[in-house]
Amino acid sequence: MAGRRNGHGERPRIGVLALQGDFREHIQILERLGAEPVEVRRPEDLQGLDGVIIPGGESTAIGNLMVHSGMLDAIRSFFYQGGAVWGTCAGMVLAASATTGPSQPLLGIMSALVERNGFGRQVHSFEADLEVKGFDRPFRGVFIRAPYFEDVGPGVEVLAEIDGRVVAARAGKVLVTAFHPELTDDTRFHEYFLREVCGSDERS
Amino acid sequence: MAENGHITGTFRVKSGMAQMLKGGVIMDVVNAEQAKIAEEAGAVAVMALERVPADIRAQGGVARMSDPEKILEIQEAVTIPVMAKVRIGHFVEAQILEALEVDYVDESEVLTPADERNHINKWDFKVPFVCGATNLGEALRRIGEGAAMIRSKGEAGTGNVVEAVRHMREIVGGIRRLAALGPEELMAEAKALQAPYELVRWVAENGRLPVVLFTAGGIATPADAALMMQLGADGVFVGSGIFKSEDPARRAAAIVKATTHYKDARLLAEVSRGLGAAMVGREMGELSEGERLAARGW
Repeated sequence: MAGRRNGHGERPRIGVLALQGDFREHIQILERLGAEPVEVRRPEDLQGLDGVIIPGGESTAIGNLMVHSGMLDAIRSFFYQGGAVWGTCAGMVLAASATTGPSQPLLGIMSALVERNGFGRQVHSFEADLEVKGFDRPFRGVFIRAPYFEDVGPGVEVLAEIDGRVVAARAGKVLVTAFHPELTDDTRFHEYFLREVCGSDERS
Repeated sequence: MAENGHITGTFRVKSGMAQMLKGGVIMDVVNAEQAKIAEEAGAVAVMALERVPADIRAQGGVARMSDPEKILEIQEAVTIPVMAKVRIGHFVEAQILEALEVDYVDESEVLTPADERNHINKWDFKVPFVCGATNLGEALRRIGEGAAMIRSKGEAGTGNVVEAVRHMREIVGGIRRLAALGPEELMAEAKALQAPYELVRWVAENGRLPVVLFTAGGIATPADAALMMQLGADGVFVGSGIFKSEDPARRAAAIVKATTHYKDARLLAEVSRGLGAAMVGREMGELSEGERLAARGW
């Protein structure tokens, strides 16, 4: 992995939004994979990045902090200028274009209707093995007060479902997972993000 | 425990929930209106209570789990996680909170202990627990009993951060000392800490607790919150400090920003401006031995 290079022949520089949530876990995995992780707190931190990960956390809290720090607009611009974005759990909520619940700040970079806390309160949080499109063996999903997509728009490719609900999806340069690959030792989603999403020239 | 292929209540799911709260502020609230203020200010969770610790101190008497009616009212009002407190050792209060589907249970010294010898066996529950600690040994005993998150005890309801600082330094300093020991020294150290050997060894190898470490007990200002973060806390509980102050909504938002940007002194100066009066604090010397809540539990 250490030999991976981006289009400029360098290690991919991946930002992790570090306002709140489990951003350190993402950073540790990115380091292991030979990428160059960058903590992102202000709009200027996005300069020169190949991709950004929005970690798990409380989506309303992260959303509010993104508005106050100017990060909501900044990440949206980053995306429309060709940057890759991956949202895990809270990040999946933030990536969506609409929510079934009370209104909250959203990036709206993936055409999808999101159900927050879709599986219920914490006592219903769970682990389950998922069949993921393109993966040759199941991926252990850790779902914590997780969301799911109730509906997705055209151009959104569903990568995994559980109980008929969409829990992983991709549209061009944006990837979402309702579960937390960063809480496991399985690095396949991080590798997929680096290789397929950051590395692609495809626009959504 | 499995429900239709979903494996619930694993330690990864319980401690993972606390991972999602990192860098955030958890606020004590006593009704739906306060819960909404906390959510709008950017709290990552609320602690549903009948009385904040400052009032428990002032009014005295036995402090127990909140009325479920109160908890349900707060659960209805917000979409962020709702936590609630049980007395130390009162596992039936915990069973009730689990049935109410609160997101986290705080086995708390702020309430009057129900068992002076034993804490709750937290492995019995699907709902995760947070427990207070004054030092590393106490933190590891609670984790040994199944706690999925630790917080400093501090001295709740005083608006005085001095005990939270003492406890955080004890815990973080204890971790640092362990990390410097050789493997042959760890059993003696486990004996001295009165902590499970396997956990002592894990901490020595990894240089951190196996669960998230928050701070609590006396945080009243944005500067207090940032101080605790710089001392190594993963996040902050604010009890009486918000709703016992002059302008709770503004102070709550300021403490959230200070917790996020805890190393940015310029921003700390900006958010600390013109917040109105903080809660009136108490000097530790004014407290009698019986008023010291941190001495509850072991």
